[in-house]
Amino acid sequence: MLPILSKLDCMLAEPKFRAAIVEMLRRAETALPEDIVRALKRSRGRERGRIARLQLDCMLKNLELAKRIGAPICQDTGTFTFFIQLGSELKLNFDLKKALSKAVVQATREVPLRANIVDPFTRKNTGTNVGIEQPSLHLELIPGKKLSIDLLVKGAGAENWSRFFMLRPADEGKAIERAVLLTLVEAGGRPCPPTIVGVGVGGSAEVAPVLAKRALLRSLDITNPDAGLARLERRITRVVNGLGIGPMGLGGRTTVLGVHVEKAACHTASLPVAVALQCWAARRARARLLNGRLRVEVPR
Amino acid sequence: MINLSPPLSGRDVKKLRVGELVKVNGQIVTARDRAYPRALELLRAGKRLPLDLRGAVVYHCGPLAKRTPRGWQVLSAGPTTSARLDRMQVEFVGRAGVRGLIGKGGVGEDVAAELARLGCVYLAFTGGAAVLAAQAIERVEKVLWRDLGTAEALWVLRVRDFGPLVVAVDTKGNNLYLRQKR
Repeated sequence: MLPILSKLDCMLAEPKFRAAIVEMLRRAETALPEDIVRALKRSRGRERGRIARLQLDCMLKNLELAKRIGAPICQDTGTFTFFIQLGSELKLNFDLKKALSKAVVQATREVPLRANIVDPFTRKNTGTNVGIEQPSLHLELIPGKKLSIDLLVKGAGAENWSRFFMLRPADEGKAIERAVLLTLVEAGGRPCPPTIVGVGVGGSAEVAPVLAKRALLRSLDITNPDAGLARLERRITRVVNGLGIGPMGLGGRTTVLGVHVEKAACHTASLPVAVALQCWAARRARARLLNGRLRVEVPR
Repeated sequence: MINLSPPLSGRDVKKLRVGELVKVNGQIVTARDRAYPRALELLRAGKRLPLDLRGAVVYHCGPLAKRTPRGWQVLSAGPTTSARLDRMQVEFVGRAGVRGLIGKGGVGEDVAAELARLGCVYLAFTGGAAVLAAQAIERVEKVLWRDLGTAEALWVLRVRDFGPLVVAVDTKGNNLYLRQKR
């Protein structure tokens, strides 16, 4: 009887897990979450310029087509970062990393996705979207038996404008704002604005960039629970949208759809700040374990 | 909307002004990070490209396509960031005789000025509007330099009403991207 018991104890089997990941990749690549679509529509209403409106119209039309056909929104189907919260009492009887990789290979073939992953030196393409440390995984152990998976899909256009700053602690406040503005002005129309800006403040040289990326997962509809950070987000949004960079850098009122700031405690002598940009095709998906079933949440 | 049918002459291109809307009918060819240096190597050595690019419209794009029994089907094919090619852009356009570039995000200020001098326009297509772009691709005529990988190869595409494209750099040296900087 023992083997059967242990089988029951295992909440999730590899094939089901893998199928859920493939489904997450498919949904993230072919449809945007509703908060993003709504924000793009709001921007369309705000723009006065002919060219700015045209850019947003093309984006919205493209989203409809992608959804209808089931084709990836953008040919740059990006790289994949998984943020996983794993309950420490949950038993997985499979290799999590390997299962993620297998799912990526399968989705690349089935959706299909463009093979983007290469060796950094030889630039040789692996052909499968899998490679050393790809897909990227940030695993957090949490108490209990919960499992939640967040997927962030990022194209190179936006990723290439990520910036990291080591500011002086005495600078604070305005210096963080300046760093974000500097990043956006330098990037101009190239990260495919209107973008979402993730800002990671504090931590260390490896923590801040992760915070900045994770900030991109937050829905545009959710206000930062930290009132101070929420104020900073609103202020940066207002200033950046006043720059006139506009949709695709062709001029207009919408350069960012939102600014999301996350913080972590840091060394008294340091102030690390990381900025991550996400293009308007802000692709993400989430799955959660409910009653032993891994459910992919539809981007609404 | 202005119609462009490559190969383009100097006269076709000189009429275009920044802010005008354009669509392309006919042939366009993709080229990006890895195709540019290879093309330059051939052109510098006085050799021919596998495809004559005089008067051509080059599209900065790495398409997502799938193979079907009837050949390649392009699923998503939006523009990539043109500025990555800035270092090679002027020499490439000059040596190959290209008359139009389609991309996103624009080119550097100095590059834009040189393109104007060479009689080549820059046409902006909405980044990420990849399915919209793919819908305008009638067929894949050829895929050259496949060894560079499918995203980096030269895709020779037959397009119909490809656009809307915005003239973002014209031959008078007007640059739509610079207007935003003030």
